[in-house]
Amino acid sequence: MSGLPSPIGSALVTDLPGPVHHDDDSAPHRQRRIGQRPAVRRSLIGLAAFVGAGFLLLPVVVIFVEALRLGLGPYFEAISESATRHAIWLTVLTAIVVVPVNIGFGICAAWAITRFTFKGKKLLITLIEIPFSISPIVAGVAYLFLYGSQGLLGPLLAAYEVQVMFTVPAIFLVSLFVTSPFVARELIATMQVQGNDYEEAALSLGASGWKTFLLVTLPGMKWGLLYGALLCNARVMGEFGAVSVVSGSIRGQTNTLPLQIELLFNDFSSVGAFAAATILTLLALLSLAGKIWLERQR
Amino acid sequence: MTLRNLARAGLGFLLLTGLLAGGVHARADEVAAAAPGDILNVSYDVGRELFAEINPVFQAKWKAEKGADVTINQSHGGTSKQARSILEGLQADVVTFNQVTDVQLLHDKGQLIPADWQAKFPNKSSPFYSLPSFLVRAGNPKNIKDWDDLARDDVKVIFPNPKTSGNARYTYLAATAFALDKFGGDQAKATEFVKKIFANVPVFDAGGRAATTTFVERGIGDVLVTFEAEVQGARKEFGADKYDAVTPSLSLLAEFPVAVVESVAAKRGSQDVSTAYLNFLYTPEAQEIIARHAYRATDGTVAKAHAADFPAVKLVTAEDVFGGWEKIAKEHFASGGLLDQAFVNQ
Repeated sequence: MSGLPSPIGSALVTDLPGPVHHDDDSAPHRQRRIGQRPAVRRSLIGLAAFVGAGFLLLPVVVIFVEALRLGLGPYFEAISESATRHAIWLTVLTAIVVVPVNIGFGICAAWAITRFTFKGKKLLITLIEIPFSISPIVAGVAYLFLYGSQGLLGPLLAAYEVQVMFTVPAIFLVSLFVTSPFVARELIATMQVQGNDYEEAALSLGASGWKTFLLVTLPGMKWGLLYGALLCNARVMGEFGAVSVVSGSIRGQTNTLPLQIELLFNDFSSVGAFAAATILTLLALLSLAGKIWLERQR
Repeated sequence: MTLRNLARAGLGFLLLTGLLAGGVHARADEVAAAAPGDILNVSYDVGRELFAEINPVFQAKWKAEKGADVTINQSHGGTSKQARSILEGLQADVVTFNQVTDVQLLHDKGQLIPADWQAKFPNKSSPFYSLPSFLVRAGNPKNIKDWDDLARDDVKVIFPNPKTSGNARYTYLAATAFALDKFGGDQAKATEFVKKIFANVPVFDAGGRAATTTFVERGIGDVLVTFEAEVQGARKEFGADKYDAVTPSLSLLAEFPVAVVESVAAKRGSQDVSTAYLNFLYTPEAQEIIARHAYRATDGTVAKAHAADFPAVKLVTAEDVFGGWEKIAKEHFASGGLLDQAFVNQ
């Protein structure tokens, strides 16, 4: 479980000048590390706890407090409203469609990048990172300029009576774009560390390519894949900017949960907005719980 | 070559997912085409509750008269963004906006509606209206009665940034109209007056709702200037005992223009139901609902019945005072225009 932090920690300790010492306050030391003095330590921990509570915990608590401000009745009424129910469903559906596609894309991209050398590899890596570095709203506007009626492909699409923008598929498309780097990046990092020795061994021992992939490559990338998929999932469900541009926010049709929250909030319906927000939070907590459960299986 | 097989499998997977996404796409199209019994009303950002109440009444009436089911779908958002979306292909059968200029865009930029759209429905295609009005703290401790008071040194005023918010542009124009009336049409004096009000604004939020949050939740300012309907909405949400509504002596008529998006309606064959829907907004039934949501009704009987909720106010129009929205855009809101002159150093 604590595989990653400990090597860094121990490296820090051994790099320090002076005698090697243990984390034991009672032992007499002339030289003490900064932060080992109880007062300093306590105030630092206190500060961290304060900041953590104020900036991370409290906002989440407030969501639930505000949602339940008028009691359970109005809360359930708010989340069972048909437009909100549809928004929940659409958000989950988007994740169901987008995450598998990005897993497929991520595996292909990471596999190509870490197992082969070819011209334009750096370019491909940069290309994969692009959605990270541009703002989601720019992504949305770019899709609009491409597929909108007044966009580049607008006349062509209109000729075939294909409506891309302001439909559910438009939401899938921008979500795919915005979240495409998540799985690929995690996998590239994992697979670079992993190296391809095992695969070469498997192939030289006569395993087929498919078998090598299923029994050697895939198990090795499992955790990277999982983290990537979870990050991707969280981002898909929470995406606001890009979706806001291309969805047309038709209630009961193309309104995702984040858009629905904004709409309700703008409408002086704070209980409704916060109730919808609790669902989004619960969805996030659910994927966290899934992650913990999967880690237990490790 | 085993690695090639692997590549093939990967490509196959990509293709499959692509096909899947395509399949979903095709299905979504069919659903939209197979159900002509619905129309899309693309509307302004804070009208959700109003139309949620109006639509079922219209649906029942349409069913009773024509024996057909019709569903009114709603999309809400800032009207500039909504207009942009319609120009880019959002299939809106009707628009119900809160800015005349944003409806005009549909004609100017896309020829989606006829040039004379304002003549298609009564009252210049505005079934109801509102006006910039004041929300003050309970008991009105600063004794704020009119636009004069907003220019006082001891008063802090809250409204959003007129550079980004249509709501605040109405506020700016209403204050200017009041000053022009007061100073006998002297534009220089009016600009000076508005400048004083701007100087009293401690924080300019981007939009109307953010300004309400600043006033109500952060407790900043003595008076919030926003549409009358918003003033009443805020009182309802945050406590009528904590805030009082104040109506100034003079204000600017804020139209809520409607239009059938002819190009879309023609394509979908929804002209009849779209026109009927917008006409329905003028009926006493709909006007009654509109008045209950704190918008001023255009129907005489309904307006009279609710007269107690809507204090008398001298209303001027953008056409009367400023010569129309086109002229306003050029003289007031263009870069370096009268708004910029009043807005310096902010």
